[in-house]
Amino acid sequence: MKKQKVPQDQTSLDYIREICYAVDENGKYTKVQSSGWEAKDTALNLAWDVLNEHLQDTIRKVKEGELSPLAYFMEKNQLDAHMLSGYTGISSRKIKKHLHPGHFGKLDDRTIQRYAEFFRISPAEFVNPELP
Amino acid sequence: MKTNFNHYQAAHCESGVTTALLRNMGLDIEEPLVFGIGSGLFFCYLPFIKVYGIPMSTFRYLPGTIFKSCCKRLGVKYTVRTYRKPQDGMADMDRHLEKGHPVAVQTSVYWLSYLPEKLRFHFNAHNIIVIGKDKGGYLVSDPILQEPVFCSADDLQRARFAQGIMAPKGRLYYPSFVPENIDYTKPIAQGLKKVCKRMTGNPLPFFGVRGIRFLAKQMRTWPEKLGDRKAALYLAQLIRMQEEIGTGGAGFRFMFASFLQTASERLKNPVLMDCSTKMTAAGDLWREFALLAARNCKGRAKPEESYDHLAETIIRCADREEEIYRQIMGTLG
Repeated sequence: MKKQKVPQDQTSLDYIREICYAVDENGKYTKVQSSGWEAKDTALNLAWDVLNEHLQDTIRKVKEGELSPLAYFMEKNQLDAHMLSGYTGISSRKIKKHLHPGHFGKLDDRTIQRYAEFFRISPAEFVNPELP
Repeated sequence: MKTNFNHYQAAHCESGVTTALLRNMGLDIEEPLVFGIGSGLFFCYLPFIKVYGIPMSTFRYLPGTIFKSCCKRLGVKYTVRTYRKPQDGMADMDRHLEKGHPVAVQTSVYWLSYLPEKLRFHFNAHNIIVIGKDKGGYLVSDPILQEPVFCSADDLQRARFAQGIMAPKGRLYYPSFVPENIDYTKPIAQGLKKVCKRMTGNPLPFFGVRGIRFLAKQMRTWPEKLGDRKAALYLAQLIRMQEEIGTGGAGFRFMFASFLQTASERLKNPVLMDCSTKMTAAGDLWREFALLAARNCKGRAKPEESYDHLAETIIRCADREEEIYRQIMGTLG
């Protein structure tokens, strides 16, 4: 890639100037700063679209009482039961159980505290979140 | 408290971190040289390992190996540690900082809130250098950024002890001794040979140039097998692995071409200069692939820019690259 061809597109991340390697007039490689490239911005946006769709879907299910608020916080933090288990020390079998509103309602204070601490919110907010 | 450290902005995190640490110890070295000596270039496509539901692909070798291989080949002594308890990992890091030694740590980008929200996924192999301690947090030199930034202690601890695939387990590393008068010729040849071997010598279909061709074969079936939307997602993932912040462009191919130029000069071998030019051309072709793939993602591709055409483009990449690796092996013997 020639130095002049290093993309300088206006993207959602163009305040980060990243390093690209490109050849100068004499054919020698140099470091060039790039503000971003539309092609990869497209790819990144698509990845986020999917994540946001999943999140909207989960929010709807939580509102309809199909899933517990825990599902919302997991989706928001891009976590599955296995990963959340690693972070909180709560077994993934239990986490999956807590996704059901029925089981979620019976959570003891200690477990609620553990979840809330991890998600960096208050226990009250965890049990009764303000859904967007 | 801040250690004496010069920030070094780089394209890729691990080669950037390694370069910055070595420069900090008085070595005059640039990122492409570190990347090449550390044999960073690779390709692998593993359809059965899925991340966020999408097959894994990568344009670089395993995390941690650039630092290790580069140090070993240069005769640099180093330490790598992991920890069972987060408290131990943080305390050990503090001890190094108190002594005035910056240290590199492996982190998950998800917890690094100084990065833009849009880049924060659960990706566990981001490398940064911790260069100082400041009220309730740390001063961090992230090679992909223009200058050092502040990171809270809680964020850093979470990032270092993140869960999931390639969990960093607090991984902390630093070079401890750099020899004087390093002769670069042997390490460069070693780095080059290893890359060629990995790219052409693996009998399994997932790795090296065979991996690229395997990907091409699978790609042809995506629209029919997965439907338009999912196929687009698979493409998007490839573009991101190839281009997203941290490769220097075209899935490290441009950085490697830059390394080949340096290698040609230091080894006084004109063939490697020719290989560099060819690698640049291969990189340009990868960029063309990304551009067409992005058009497909947006649903704006012309009929002649179908998945078949994309597959053919990367087969051409594989062919060109294979020729380069064989040429390098031939000239190095």
